[in-house]
Amino acid sequence: MFSLEGITNTIQNWLYSTFDPTFALLIECAIVILLAIGLFAALGLVLVLMERKVAAHIQIRLGPNRVGPGGMFQTVADTIKLILKEGLVPDLADKFLFNLAPFVVMIVAMLLLAPIAFAKNFQIWDINIGVLYVSAVSSLSVIGILMAGWASNNKYSLLGAMRSGAQIVSYELSAGLSVLTVVVLTGSLQISDIIASQADGWWLFKGHIPVIIAFVIFIIAVTAETNRAPFDLAEAESELTAGFHTEYSGMRFALFFLAEYINIFIVCAIGATLFLGGWMPLHIGHWEGFNHIMDYIPSSIWFMGKTFFLIFLIMWFRWTFPRLRVDQLLNLEWKYLLPISMLNIILVTVIAILGWHF
Amino acid sequence: MGAVSLIALVIAAIAFSGGGILLGMILLKKSKNPQKGQAYECGIPTQTSPWQQFHVGYYLFALLFLIFDVELVFMYPWAVVVKKTGMVALFEILVFIFILFMGFLYAHKKGALKWS
Repeated sequence: MFSLEGITNTIQNWLYSTFDPTFALLIECAIVILLAIGLFAALGLVLVLMERKVAAHIQIRLGPNRVGPGGMFQTVADTIKLILKEGLVPDLADKFLFNLAPFVVMIVAMLLLAPIAFAKNFQIWDINIGVLYVSAVSSLSVIGILMAGWASNNKYSLLGAMRSGAQIVSYELSAGLSVLTVVVLTGSLQISDIIASQADGWWLFKGHIPVIIAFVIFIIAVTAETNRAPFDLAEAESELTAGFHTEYSGMRFALFFLAEYINIFIVCAIGATLFLGGWMPLHIGHWEGFNHIMDYIPSSIWFMGKTFFLIFLIMWFRWTFPRLRVDQLLNLEWKYLLPISMLNIILVTVIAILGWHF
Repeated sequence: MGAVSLIALVIAAIAFSGGGILLGMILLKKSKNPQKGQAYECGIPTQTSPWQQFHVGYYLFALLFLIFDVELVFMYPWAVVVKKTGMVALFEILVFIFILFMGFLYAHKKGALKWS
């Protein structure tokens, strides 16, 4: 079976039995570094192509189809082009912060990989406050964006960064509250516990109405948090050129672009983990036979399938809804999503205490 | 793995982004041109400084966010134990959210949520 289950344990046991602990730990770190870099590169290539293909299909055109079979290597060609471009730094820019900003954004995106369970037993660090860790680290990315916008010394960049800051911090609240509904039902912040609690059905199906409301709010909020259309005010092409990364070119721009797609992947992975059971196959209550058949599909495929479904959903939004104005954006969060998610928390608490969920 | 993995991931991020930027620096030839260093602005020469006033609403929303974010941090430990504690926890969070909601209504009444 080509499943990832047990691979990590096998490797770890072999390393610790062959080498002394310090050396084994170093090798483990090296493996993690290589895997993370590989995942970043692969995800960047796949997601950019996917975005363009989805956009093309929705607009009834072909999309990239020149480089490689069906345009498979279009992103590779784009990456080579971006590497060969000169990375300009404006004369009046704050050079240190200007160069630091892409690193900050990338480090945040990379750190968010730590608690994600890619398959059964395939997790970098099963931290016991996983959900809190994710919301804490993901809110750091706004610092990188503000840094980039401020240091560029450009009107568009500054305005884009301010908008992005207001938007990310606002929508973080309802994203956090909708995540809390699952935490209330599970009683644990650990990712592996949350997945294990969905062994007899995903929370989206088990958790009654409040979890469905929370799921919808979560999807809206993460779309806004990753600066995706219809909430892409921070980089609204028709108003702000490219928003906070107007002045960035070459590889520095590529890093911002990549970090954006990685962030989409990560929030979708979190959403899939909390509401759709992560790597847990589709299980229905006590239907032993059905559950057993579902178990034959490897857990990594379940996880990737759910995550890419959510990513597709977010890409779909982009071509369905028109962009909001900044006042409409903040109204939606503060006057609708936040009160609704606060009431939702109370509702889910009542349901959890009375045990009305399945 | 434990907390060491975070250090490994930070190293990975720095290696990835630094490697890409360095590769670009090695591969390309730099050409000097005084106009390259200007800030981009529609193609015409840049006018006035970007350090201008912008909307006060950004600060107001940042302040509001601060209040609610602290509330959210309080709710994380509460959410973990609520199922075991039962009705008492529900009552406590009702009081907590009620007080917060009054503050929210006050801000709304004062027009802090209006973007004019």
